[in-house]
Amino acid sequence: MKFYRMHVLVAEDTRSIMAGAKRVEEALVEEIRLAGLEDEIRVVPTGSLGFSDKDQVAIAIYPDNIIYCPVLVSTVPEIVEEHFLKGRIIKALAHPMEQKEVTMEERTSENQMNLDIQKRILLENVGKIDPENIQEYIAADGYVALEKALFSLTPEKVIDEVKKSELRGRGGAGFPTGLKWQFTRPNPGPVKYVICNADEGEPGTFKDREIMEGDPHKMIEGMILAAYAVGGTHGYIYIRGEYALSIQRLQKAIDACYEYGLLGKNILGTDFSFELCIHSGAGAYICGEETALINSIEGKRGEPRKKPPYPPSQGLWQKPTLVNNVETFANIPAIISNGGEWYQSIGVEGSRGTKLFSLMGDINWKGTIEIPFGTSVGDIIDNIGHGVRYDRKLKGVILGGSSGSLLVPEELNTPVDFHSLAHIEAGPGSGSIVVMDETRCIVDICLNIAEFFRHESCGKCTPCREGTAQICHLLEMIASGNGLPEDIDHLEKISQTMMDASFCPLGQTAPSVLRQALKKYRQEFLDHIHNSNCPAGVCNMNFTEEV
Amino acid sequence: MENKTVNIKINGNDYTVDGSLTILKACRQAGISIPTLCYMENICEEGSCGICVVEVAKSHTLQRACITQVYDGMEIQTNTSRVRQARKTILELILANHPQDCLNCAASEICELRKISYDLGIDETPFEPTKDLDLPLDTTSPAIVRDLNKCILCRRCVKECEIVQSVNVIEIAGRGINSKVSCFMDKGLGESYCTNCGQCIKVCPVGALTEKNDVDRVWDYLADPKKHVVVQTAPAVRVALGEEFGMPVGSLVTGKMAAGVRRLGFDGVFDTDFAADLTILEEGTEFIGRLTKVLNGESAHLPLITSCSPGWIKFIEHFFPKCLPNVSSCKSPQQMFGAVTKTYYAQQKNLDPRDVICVSVMPCTAKKYECLRPEMDDAFDHWKDKLMLKDEDHFQDVDVAITTRELGRMMKEVGIDFEHLPEESFDSPLGESTGAAVIFGATGGVMEAALRTVYEVVTGQALPKVELEIVRGMKGIRTADIPMVSADGKEIIAKVAIASGLGNARVLLEEVSNGTSPYHFIEIMACPGGCLNGGGQPISNDPNVCEKRAAALYSQDEAITIRKSHDNPEIKKIYENYFEKPNSHLAHELLHTSYVERDLYELEKEDN
Repeated sequence: MKFYRMHVLVAEDTRSIMAGAKRVEEALVEEIRLAGLEDEIRVVPTGSLGFSDKDQVAIAIYPDNIIYCPVLVSTVPEIVEEHFLKGRIIKALAHPMEQKEVTMEERTSENQMNLDIQKRILLENVGKIDPENIQEYIAADGYVALEKALFSLTPEKVIDEVKKSELRGRGGAGFPTGLKWQFTRPNPGPVKYVICNADEGEPGTFKDREIMEGDPHKMIEGMILAAYAVGGTHGYIYIRGEYALSIQRLQKAIDACYEYGLLGKNILGTDFSFELCIHSGAGAYICGEETALINSIEGKRGEPRKKPPYPPSQGLWQKPTLVNNVETFANIPAIISNGGEWYQSIGVEGSRGTKLFSLMGDINWKGTIEIPFGTSVGDIIDNIGHGVRYDRKLKGVILGGSSGSLLVPEELNTPVDFHSLAHIEAGPGSGSIVVMDETRCIVDICLNIAEFFRHESCGKCTPCREGTAQICHLLEMIASGNGLPEDIDHLEKISQTMMDASFCPLGQTAPSVLRQALKKYRQEFLDHIHNSNCPAGVCNMNFTEEV
Repeated sequence: MENKTVNIKINGNDYTVDGSLTILKACRQAGISIPTLCYMENICEEGSCGICVVEVAKSHTLQRACITQVYDGMEIQTNTSRVRQARKTILELILANHPQDCLNCAASEICELRKISYDLGIDETPFEPTKDLDLPLDTTSPAIVRDLNKCILCRRCVKECEIVQSVNVIEIAGRGINSKVSCFMDKGLGESYCTNCGQCIKVCPVGALTEKNDVDRVWDYLADPKKHVVVQTAPAVRVALGEEFGMPVGSLVTGKMAAGVRRLGFDGVFDTDFAADLTILEEGTEFIGRLTKVLNGESAHLPLITSCSPGWIKFIEHFFPKCLPNVSSCKSPQQMFGAVTKTYYAQQKNLDPRDVICVSVMPCTAKKYECLRPEMDDAFDHWKDKLMLKDEDHFQDVDVAITTRELGRMMKEVGIDFEHLPEESFDSPLGESTGAAVIFGATGGVMEAALRTVYEVVTGQALPKVELEIVRGMKGIRTADIPMVSADGKEIIAKVAIASGLGNARVLLEEVSNGTSPYHFIEIMACPGGCLNGGGQPISNDPNVCEKRAAALYSQDEAITIRKSHDNPEIKKIYENYFEKPNSHLAHELLHTSYVERDLYELEKEDN
């Protein structure tokens, strides 16, 4: 094996590639070759380094522990010349957060600045290994959990460990994962499906993508472990078609698993067999609902099914089926390696382990973060996100996606865990935190969300089909200065009915941000209606100023 | 497990019910009515409309009564303000996107949406429309008109077409507020493989689906002094027409119906039953011919399948075209009647066939399509050379087919007091019929009528009992073995099967298609229960509507002295004077037809 004195890791997630990461990688390889360093320095593509939101290319250099960002093709020769040849760190190019060199220690250390409250279990390899190389995953203790399970644990014991970990599903509903597995296992039949829900469709949510692009094997290992535990024979990764890079990397990872005997017949020489393939979705939000997802795989219209029967007893093709989210599966290898008790020691009562969030909006630092449950929303915004950008005032936070909840500044000390959030009618939801500053108009935000749901309602049930369209219409009226006082009552009435009587969670949660907005920002709606005034100056009102 | 009882509370009262029930059924048993729009037992249990929601203790959201099973200890509240509010808001949301033109709507009197809105005390919707309510009507079908503006997306038609009829010509397309009931590639119903059975019309809770209204065409013919307009009424019409005038389901109104149509101004008031008897002689002869061949070791297509039901014919043409040689070449009674009217009858009455107009009243929407089939103009071909007819003289055997509902509307339009009409009889010569013909209106009726004649022809003896109870009933598929001893002492067991509803027909056809069908003779009717439940019949919410109408037909059969088709004196006369014998050359020319192999998706043809 070849020995290199230096490794240059190029972040190549979707956004970095869009920003030019592939070109930077090529330039690095070329310049290193021209400098005659190709036997000393190795360039490795990897997942996101955590700076993906900037639309800039970032590289990490080992063993120097330096991150450069932004890196342009034109700055590559300087980096090679100064740093690689002469050994001088280019301070001006080092990651500009607080204008100082950001080292890898700092990035991962628990006691340092912006990332200090993060804890990386799921993302431990992201930005460190080449996601397209199974050997790098194995070198990072990958598939150790699978080996442990296959050779020293019974399926029941695996389920026990997951139950002991108190892991709750990361798809939004937070159902205890071990319990779901326990329900699935006893259902008889020669065929049982394990499905990974990778249809990450919630606007502003991209945390599953981070795993699939940066460390696809972790999720796959989780799926194989789940299959072993519940008796799964066939697996599908149902992934949204827009995630082209994830699909490509997952496919590479699956192919490598088959080659290494980690998938297919007699995995690692045991009696356990499991087949896995990718099913790409066509971009319907509703297909993130598990029964609609199952319909979609069957080639049917993506619409929710009536429950019961629940998927663990009758799912895909009427066979017992386990459906878990990407993040849920990605938690499994660490739980099996370290034991359920270890996992249970992280986080807080009722919400164990770490949670991924896509942090975005009007904030200084954006990206995918991983925090132990119990961290407060305010902490995340101030310490990881470095506060509201341009020193503006914080207006509110949309937590858990468009179907999630709306938090006002006074609620930001709420710890992020299922129990505490439930007190303020919120939840981690899809895993997104969208920060809004004072320049945002709440009517405009609600209209934006309403338009999304109007488009994504499947149309099966009346409350959701008609309600999403009616809400959209009423908000359009208010935003355009044509609102009437009774519109607020109508919005409240429709929201209540949708929550009460929609067929599936899509319709039940579609009005939840609006409902909270009507409560917490009522005056702003009233200003639009009574004074034709958009306090934030966002809505384009149909009135002319007096001359 | 399924018969386990559970204890539940409904509105605070205790009930012990079967644990397999839904909340809806449990409440109905307890005498508590819950409104539904999309629900049809065993057919549409999608839970889409949401009107039936109830409160269940410990459930976070309201639960749909129609699809939620009861469990032990369940506490249900059906009339809390939360429940009422949800139901009302859902209705108001529907009404916002529903044209408010009840005055002009064909479903006005039977509209379930209108009734529920009234029951729930809604006087106006506070909401504005959120979609285009000016979509053009789909008038591509000769039988069914679709008005998507009125559609409330309950999906009953989709499920009826899928589950009951197995045709699947309509499905939901588009998402959310843009979703709609659509045919393949958004084509019109008439450009798709719709069988025109009209069962979708019967399940539509609003006026989104109606038959194509041909009433005005009939009025125009009646108003034309040059035209000799005759009418034929199908067997099933007489047991349903009364319902249009508020009479109880299953009222037999043959005499009033004859009196009523006479008052509309028809020049001849005749009975399709006459042609039904003719059908039995033609089809019975065809069957005996094929059976004899097979028994003699020759090849012939068995089972023979009946051809009276035009929805069924279009179904087999689309889905099992390879099985078409098994279908009887006999025209349906409607078409036999049309051909006879414009040949034999015109000749007898000394009328120019161009001036004879044949109107049929049918329980059926597919009949509107059938009379337009290009091959259904044999009377024209018959006269073409004799009278030196030109192409512009072209006429169909049957000019216009209207449904039972349309006939009811015509009578109402001229103020006929139907209930108090006297009992009158049909005109001669095409008004005489037998008990065998009248039971054509029920599933199994054609089989029974045919066997009454076939048995006598084969054995030379009368049936031991004229009522063949074995082929009666409302079960979707029925089979029977009919033992017969031929005149030369040969023992024959005729194996027969009967299916009503195209989903059931498909089951029998799969067997025919793969060569495993054990039957000699199969009767198929497109509509569940047969013609008496046809797509053109009055729309009833009586769950036993089929049984009641069938009972009325069988009672008429018993009341008629002549109960076998071959005993009909007018039939005997028509063979003596005109056709010579069943399956004669002239009979083949006028009373038999051919079929067309059809595709399901005719995309290429459109492109060219």
